[in-house]
Amino acid sequence: MKETLNDPVRPELVEGHSLQKQGQRLPQPERWGVVQSFLNNKYVWILVAFAALVALLAVGLTRDPREIPSPFIGKAAPEFRLARLEGAAGETFGPADMQGKVWLLNVWASWCVACRAEHPQLVALARQNLVPLIGLNYKEARGDGDLDISKMPLEEETALTRQRAAGWLTAHGNPYTLSVLDVDGRVGIDYGVYGVPETFVIDKAGIIRFKQIGPLTEEVLQEKILPLVNKLNELNAAP
Amino acid sequence: MKARHERLLLIAGGLVALGLMAAFVLHALKDNLSLFYAPAEVLAGKAPRDRAFRIGGLVEAGSLVRQPDGVSVRFVVTDMQERVTIQYKGILPDLFSEGRGVVAQGKLDDQGLFIASEVLAKHDENYMPPEVAAALEKAHQEGAGDANAQTLPPQQLPQ
Amino acid sequence: MIPEFGHFALLLALPVAVLVGVLALVGAQKNHARWMALAKPGTRLLAFLVTLAYLCLTQAFVANDFSVLYVAQHSNSLLPLAYRIAGVWGGHEGSLLLWMLMLVWWAALVSVFSRPLAAPMLARVLGTLCLVAFGFLLFILLTSNPFTRLLPGVAEGRDLNPLLQDPGLILHPPLLYMGYVGFSVAYAFAVAALLAGQLDAAWARWSRPWTTMAWGFLTLGIALGSWWAYYELGWGGWWFWDPVENASFMPWLAGTALIHSLAVTEKRGSFKNWTVLLAISAFSLSLLGTFLVRSGVLTSVHAFAADPARGIFILAFLATVVGLSLVLFVWRAPKVGLGGRFGLFSRESLLLSNNVILVVATATVLLGTLYPLLIDALNLGKLSVGPPYFNAVFVPIMAPLLFLMGIGPFLRWKAASAQEIVLRLKWALVAALAIAVLLPMLIYGDAWPLVNLGIFLAAWILIAAVLHFSRQVWTTRGSSNLLTAVLRQPLHFWGMHLAHIGVAVFVAGVAIVGGYEEEKDVRMAPGEIVTLSGYEFRFMGVLPVKGPNYEALQGEVELWKNNRLIRRLRPEKRFYRSSAMPMTEAAIDTGFFGDLYVSLGEPLDRARPEGEWAVRVYSKPLVDWIWGGCFLMAFGGLLAVCDRRYRQSRRRSTPDPLTVKTSP
Repeated sequence: MKETLNDPVRPELVEGHSLQKQGQRLPQPERWGVVQSFLNNKYVWILVAFAALVALLAVGLTRDPREIPSPFIGKAAPEFRLARLEGAAGETFGPADMQGKVWLLNVWASWCVACRAEHPQLVALARQNLVPLIGLNYKEARGDGDLDISKMPLEEETALTRQRAAGWLTAHGNPYTLSVLDVDGRVGIDYGVYGVPETFVIDKAGIIRFKQIGPLTEEVLQEKILPLVNKLNELNAAP
Repeated sequence: MKARHERLLLIAGGLVALGLMAAFVLHALKDNLSLFYAPAEVLAGKAPRDRAFRIGGLVEAGSLVRQPDGVSVRFVVTDMQERVTIQYKGILPDLFSEGRGVVAQGKLDDQGLFIASEVLAKHDENYMPPEVAAALEKAHQEGAGDANAQTLPPQQLPQ
Repeated sequence: MIPEFGHFALLLALPVAVLVGVLALVGAQKNHARWMALAKPGTRLLAFLVTLAYLCLTQAFVANDFSVLYVAQHSNSLLPLAYRIAGVWGGHEGSLLLWMLMLVWWAALVSVFSRPLAAPMLARVLGTLCLVAFGFLLFILLTSNPFTRLLPGVAEGRDLNPLLQDPGLILHPPLLYMGYVGFSVAYAFAVAALLAGQLDAAWARWSRPWTTMAWGFLTLGIALGSWWAYYELGWGGWWFWDPVENASFMPWLAGTALIHSLAVTEKRGSFKNWTVLLAISAFSLSLLGTFLVRSGVLTSVHAFAADPARGIFILAFLATVVGLSLVLFVWRAPKVGLGGRFGLFSRESLLLSNNVILVVATATVLLGTLYPLLIDALNLGKLSVGPPYFNAVFVPIMAPLLFLMGIGPFLRWKAASAQEIVLRLKWALVAALAIAVLLPMLIYGDAWPLVNLGIFLAAWILIAAVLHFSRQVWTTRGSSNLLTAVLRQPLHFWGMHLAHIGVAVFVAGVAIVGGYEEEKDVRMAPGEIVTLSGYEFRFMGVLPVKGPNYEALQGEVELWKNNRLIRRLRPEKRFYRSSAMPMTEAAIDTGFFGDLYVSLGEPLDRARPEGEWAVRVYSKPLVDWIWGGCFLMAFGGLLAVCDRRYRQSRRRSTPDPLTVKTSP
């Protein structure tokens, strides 16, 4: 076949002729001949190049730049005990209270515009009563760039936090089963919070199963979080 | 055999031209890559001094300052570990805001000020550019070991 | 009920597509006339079902049916009707359905217009298209069903991304997809020819109009997208070398190579393997583009929700479609003859250079686009390849191509005389050089080499095209008068020259806007003036205004020249109610010789929007020539498609002797 193609250009080698000519010259390929002629084929490099391209794209897919691997997933949710926003003074909450339940922890603050964007999703979620949703109010006062709390005593800051958080929830609707106040942002650091809002899915054994950075969208909620919650609910709490 | 000569000439010429083009393209590629660095890497001296690169992180709250000319701005980009001040002349993109992720392209000057030629806030519902997220995640992991030491980052993420 | 109906239509389309595809292909191979005869009605049934599904989705949008998840995510009851109809393709699921719709329509068109095709050939072409449609339908139904219900429904939808609420959305994606998907026809013809072992001039003649048509749509689609980005993003740029743009540009480059190489295959029987490979490549690059855009493996400024599961499916689809056809190619190609001979200096060799250059250009874009992915895959860090790479590479690659474009039409097939060309074109060369040197100096007062080069190439192409055209008119004139001789030139001839002149117009626009654009970022208090390119921009202040689903701050800028008010420009800063995103709407004074462009930045004091603002003003000379040139190219393509030749060949009662031959 090679000879035919490299033949010093013969004038009669135009369309139609070439096919017949080759048909005469080439013996019918045998069973192995097919494979052999494939390997001898001068165009095989195209297939090789294409396979390499597909491989590259496949590797690229596995390192999807938007999926951020979090070191927290699969780890125990850090323990904390914080004052609650609502209820009597001195009432506290910690992840230990949720042992045996699948729950969501949503990190929010009133100064965070993105939180306002995700808020309707949270309210809708709460209405369906599918999963307990705990709010972690994060650095309500000291996170706000417009406030200067450097000279403010902690009690005053806590009071301000309480007032601002409650006011915001009254204005926009309160989707939370309960809310806790992370006044100085210590708990946020333990949870690796680097942007508000963030949402964690925590299973019956207190293990973080999913973390959403940024506002919850309808897609994430419907396609990732709720299916995950359902799955986790079906499992028995790990020992 | 004139025809054969012509054909050889054509093939040889084609190969030389292709080779030249390939060399040229690769050279241009090498010169125009901009690598991405997080602020911590920049301060650790990993970023190049003499050529442009990209830096990304969160815009620190309250750090945006308008210069007297009205169109130059300075702001601080942080990965929660280190902070780099960025100077940019021009109008910031729609999605730029404090507490959100940005990527800036530009060079470091002698004082360690990053002179940006371009500031990108993505046109995306995405919360932050993936490079930024990755940089932050990395910074957090590295910083996690000494989290109890008082290295609380100068972070505020309001917007 | 209606969305379920649409879903059902799609489900029904799935077995139709696979049955028709397999039966038609097997029938053609076994020469089974009954099975082959299924191809035509089957394809039309498929087109009907998909169209039905598409209309059902549109109905859900128009009726504000927010119990459909996709509608709830991409529409809103406040959204104007036009955007609700266009909103169908405003998100992932709907754009795939639009892709699908285009595909089946192309297939249906082939079934209508290819009457002279021998039955096995038609069966193979339609069968291939049906199988491609099957893969895509499977993709839609498995990963991206647009009819998924949201139960319980919501009262109000989330609204279309404000960036997309623009007339650009209505036109750009359909045109782009028409082009993208149109290459599937060229692909199907190539696969059919390989299956039949019948790569001949007749095959090239059938694929040519389809390919040119698809190419024209793609040209328009890309140009519209560029124009949209120019006025909508508020940066005043017209091309950003963003991965998503590159994804549409690569098939265009390959398609441009393909339409030229098809010409050689049709006229001279040469380059057959090469042409087939290009046809496969053009569609493969369309699929690659879809993959890059939809999988999110590359970061881009465009807003697309990424989903790795979808990425895996498209990759598998791409690997199957392209892989199978390449295997077929490798298996069949060596059996195809070389075709007619040609000399070193001939139209063939020039078109070969055209192809080589365009393929090299495609490869450089591919390299620049995928390089960050490669480096990331090798764990060498995150990086980006910026526009400087593409700009640096593109000028030297394209300049020779543009120069050859002037000469090409003058060359004869097989062998041309260099002396004759020199004789014909030496004055054109001198004139183009003179224009390149003098024009920038006379009009703009200064110049630099890149501008001179651009103007030289534009003038050269234009003069050469006009010379060639008038020569042709002269020699074919006979005794008729000049006007009838001009009008009697065949449409494909008009088409070629119009398209080439379009390139000249485009190049002139790029060169001038690149060389002489000016921009200023300034702070302006009401009443203040900034001067740019001889125009005075007087900032009159900012007032709040209200749109159908947004509120805006509208600035007023008066444009003065020589103490005469020319226009009032009203740039806006919009805040869409349903999303927190601000949007900059630039105001543009569009003119034949250039645009003046104003966009609002930020108020210096957020609390006082009536006070000082950061304002950006641009002067963009000849920028509209860029899109005008693209329009000319596409129009040229359309003329070529309408040429009598193709219609004649359709009417011919006895097909070419070559076409009746079936499998080898």
